[in-house]
Amino acid sequence: MSQVHYLETPLTDEDIMNLKAGDIVYLSGTIFTARDAAHKRLVDLIENKEELPFPLQGAVIYFVGPTPPKPGEPIGSAGPTTSYRMDSYSPTLIKYGLKGMIGKGKRNQAVKDACKEYKAVYFGATGGAGALLGKLIKDAKVIAYEELGPEAIRMLKVENFPVTVINDAYGNDLYEEGRKQYEVKD
Amino acid sequence: MREIHYDDIVSAVKNMVIHTATNLPEDALNKLKEAHEKEKSPVAKKVLEQLLENAEIARDEKRPLCQDTGLAVYFVKVGQDVRIVGGLLKDAINEGTEKGYIEGYLRASTCDCFTRENLKDKIGYNLPAVIHIDLVEGDKIDIEYAAKGGGSENVSRARVLAPAQGREGVIDFVKSVISEAGPNPCPPIIVGVGIGGTFEKAAISSKHALFREAGQPNPDPEVAEFEKELLYELNKLGIGAMGMGGTETVLAVHVEKNPCHIASLPVSVNVQCHSSRHSHITL
Repeated sequence: MSQVHYLETPLTDEDIMNLKAGDIVYLSGTIFTARDAAHKRLVDLIENKEELPFPLQGAVIYFVGPTPPKPGEPIGSAGPTTSYRMDSYSPTLIKYGLKGMIGKGKRNQAVKDACKEYKAVYFGATGGAGALLGKLIKDAKVIAYEELGPEAIRMLKVENFPVTVINDAYGNDLYEEGRKQYEVKD
Repeated sequence: MREIHYDDIVSAVKNMVIHTATNLPEDALNKLKEAHEKEKSPVAKKVLEQLLENAEIARDEKRPLCQDTGLAVYFVKVGQDVRIVGGLLKDAINEGTEKGYIEGYLRASTCDCFTRENLKDKIGYNLPAVIHIDLVEGDKIDIEYAAKGGGSENVSRARVLAPAQGREGVIDFVKSVISEAGPNPCPPIIVGVGIGGTFEKAAISSKHALFREAGQPNPDPEVAEFEKELLYELNKLGIGAMGMGGTETVLAVHVEKNPCHIASLPVSVNVQCHSSRHSHITL
């Protein structure tokens, strides 16, 4: 049965091991945004042994490219983007301390294996629910790569941000299991 | 000869772009409500609840429904008895698009294909729009618009089948495309299928099929029957809202069929996410 958890970032190994695919998690605290171009730069920094723009230990990265904020608002609409484009970068980030990723859509085997080996999870947020999810972001600040526009790295403060565990640290995959349950075979 | 001024087109397009980003049209909303009622999986039902709530927030607070405010795609029918004064039609549509994206606080998502550099400073916000123009009779300009997101567009596919593969071959191809796409295009989805014509005709037809009111059957009863069959087959896949498993994966299937070459059977599948943002104006 699916469980509900309320978690604060940064996430610990213990937090991760309590999560199973299909669980609902309400995340609060600081999370960081990064998409394709930002991921490439983060991995380049790691390879060159340079300092990252935010601490990776226990961190949660949200794959999102928000709309520009209207005056007086911290951020515009901010739903998840499709995650597979980050597949080639995520295992390296997980190896160096990343604990959670928020996106939508399938991940490859290398990402799932890294989640198992280094204790991390992949969360799904509801794609297209940008208006709803943007409202749950209380503060947003660009902390790196401003020139990338919607792809810049932002530090976000969130409160009870709703996500579902898709890939847990035990090798389970909600996309595969959920689909099997409802598939109609001839 | 009726005259329509360039500036009037710019302003109509701008308003349409802004309005469409925040208002889920009635047809898509109704289909989501139907799916929410029918869905058997509690997890998927919860996702559908979020989508309905999202549509309400977007409309009431004028926030974009989705952060991917898409690339602007237009199907334009120009009456032969219209004269456009003050500038070119394409320029007017592009200028209206750019103004809409800036004034509506929408995301500029165009970039260079290879450098991936965001082009907003060079050629404008979200330009150029993708514009299909058709010359028809009458003295009006009819503009159909959709904000087409990247996630659903990325899973779209076109293929030229052998004629012997026939109707069954088309069904198999469509099923394989949607099955492979799984959670990525933000289901529940609307599936546009273009069959026949040439390679590009099939692709354009599959995109045009998405502009139809969700669930409105093709006027040809034989094609409408085919749409029903595909809808049934696709919902058997069990993908569900956001791919988390469920009974409601596809809200509607729209098929456009064209005569084709005796040697070919082109077929294209274009996917529309649940945020089916489309509008229609007549000038």
